[in-house]
Amino acid sequence: MSTATGARLVDFDDALTRYEPVIGLETHVELGTASKMFCGCATTFGAEPNTQTCPVCLGLPGSLPVANAAALEATIRIGLALGCRIATWSRFARKNYFYPDIPKGYQISQYDEPLCTAGHLDVEVDGETYRVEIERVHLEEDTGKNLHVGGSTGRIHGAEYSAVDFNRAGIPLVEIVTRPIPGAGAKAPEVARAYVTELREILLALGVSEVRMEQGNLRSDVNTSLAPIGSLEWGTRTETKNVNSLRAVERAVRHEIRRQAGVLDGGGRVLQETRHFHEDTGSTSPGRSKEEATDYRYFPEPDLVPVAPDAEWVEKLAAELPELPAARRARLQEEWGLSATEMAWIANAGAVDLVAGTVAAGASPADARKWWLGELARRANDAGVELAELPVTPRQVAELTALVAAGTVNDQLARQALDGVLAGEGDPARVVEARGLAVMGESDELVAAVEAAIAGAPDVVAKVQGGKVQALGALVGAVMKTTRGKADAATVKRMLEERVLGG
Amino acid sequence: MSTPSPKEAPGRQGSAGLGRQDVAHLAHLARLALTDEELDHFAGQLSAVLDAVAQVGKADVADVPPTTHAVPLTNVARPDVVEPSLPRDVVLAEAPAAEDGRFRVPQILGDEE
Repeated sequence: MSTATGARLVDFDDALTRYEPVIGLETHVELGTASKMFCGCATTFGAEPNTQTCPVCLGLPGSLPVANAAALEATIRIGLALGCRIATWSRFARKNYFYPDIPKGYQISQYDEPLCTAGHLDVEVDGETYRVEIERVHLEEDTGKNLHVGGSTGRIHGAEYSAVDFNRAGIPLVEIVTRPIPGAGAKAPEVARAYVTELREILLALGVSEVRMEQGNLRSDVNTSLAPIGSLEWGTRTETKNVNSLRAVERAVRHEIRRQAGVLDGGGRVLQETRHFHEDTGSTSPGRSKEEATDYRYFPEPDLVPVAPDAEWVEKLAAELPELPAARRARLQEEWGLSATEMAWIANAGAVDLVAGTVAAGASPADARKWWLGELARRANDAGVELAELPVTPRQVAELTALVAAGTVNDQLARQALDGVLAGEGDPARVVEARGLAVMGESDELVAAVEAAIAGAPDVVAKVQGGKVQALGALVGAVMKTTRGKADAATVKRMLEERVLGG
Repeated sequence: MSTPSPKEAPGRQGSAGLGRQDVAHLAHLARLALTDEELDHFAGQLSAVLDAVAQVGKADVADVPPTTHAVPLTNVARPDVVEPSLPRDVVLAEAPAAEDGRFRVPQILGDEE
């Protein structure tokens, strides 16, 4: 793993005392259409290699592409959600390059006439709003997948040959390009992450993609450059390719800032190049040099006619946009009676839908928030997963809060019930039943436990009767222990008082 | 950023002399290894082709708006409906080499993915 040619990494805060970072992101989103962009092949993820291909997506001679109407519509909706201008006239272009994952020898993309331009997305980091300008949103097709075989690392260097699967080739891909984002300073890594997070939320709300980053539905290329503070010119940027987790977006920017500062401090020059991010070390290493690859010889795709979105249709799509995440958060904050900070915690924990779902299933906003940001956040953190990945549904959490509210379980028992739910033992009520977690009423069993505690500690009883009422706590503890926490402490205390002090 | 700049835009004006250097660059982009003789040979041939096409430039098009299509059609699209794909054995039948259901190709120098 090479961390640049001998350059040392500069401490992040130290780097920011001398350099101003400018970031920019190009994000590729695979649309969730049933069929591919220019042919009717299915887009199912994880299918056997090369079982979802045809003459069009294999680039066989004589085949002709026809655009997928749903993909065109989804792209325009994304543009509208990002406040873009929707082109009245747009064309596809051929981006020519020679590589085995692109069977035609060119990728059908858009060049000088994209579908959407000039939008923006506001993101919030630590209470401050950053406006990210969107340069363009365009539609293209995804490439095939290369599997590099041989060599020691599995990466391309040292690979002996490659094996290509074209199932992914031709899946509609939307590219969302930001303008350079200056002025974020030390917050640049977090702004980058917040942007991708918010973009992902919007795409989810639109329902245009599954946006599963781990499946590559959403991948970001992260550009970073540094310039000495006060400099009028921006520095040379690097482009870290295919960063595919939110955390990695932040780490990639952070690493590039530290690395480039090291290069510049040493009197060196940052090379304009693509780089790869390594999840294990949080570092980047050089890919191919950009200069080699920019000669794409774009020209208008003669096999496809122009796309000229009808103004009425675009207006209709705009009117039918769903409530967008930022507006929804503002509404829920109001409805739930939370402060902006409290709402931001829920959003940052990725828990807006979870809390909303729990409230919808009958829980109070306070209870829903308490469980998701408290006990469940702890469990997710311990397991190293996202909250949404925990095997518990909002409805189950609501059921749990209802059991607590009804006095069927106390908080401690509720946590045990949650153990059962997370272990796949079913809904909370069922776990409470199966594990016998319900708070005991004044049953014979509880009476027996209370009387046993009294009989077993005559000295404590004497103390209590002698006026040291607080000593009763030891007896309560004993009963709770015998009943393994299932008794209600207040009930136990009352029963003990009746017997020790006389009712 | 991959934002296009006008400089990169394709299109060639006027006469079409194509030098050996141009051909060598194109050959590199297409990953073709050409000998010196072949470069000369193709430079001559391609220049002739371009000169022939350049005749189009003589037409008076002052009143004709630029277009990429002879047919005045827009918005041709198909519904998002899945159609059967080719059977994999058919797909791989013409491949020079295949392995585990994939096309096997020589090692690639460049990026992953």
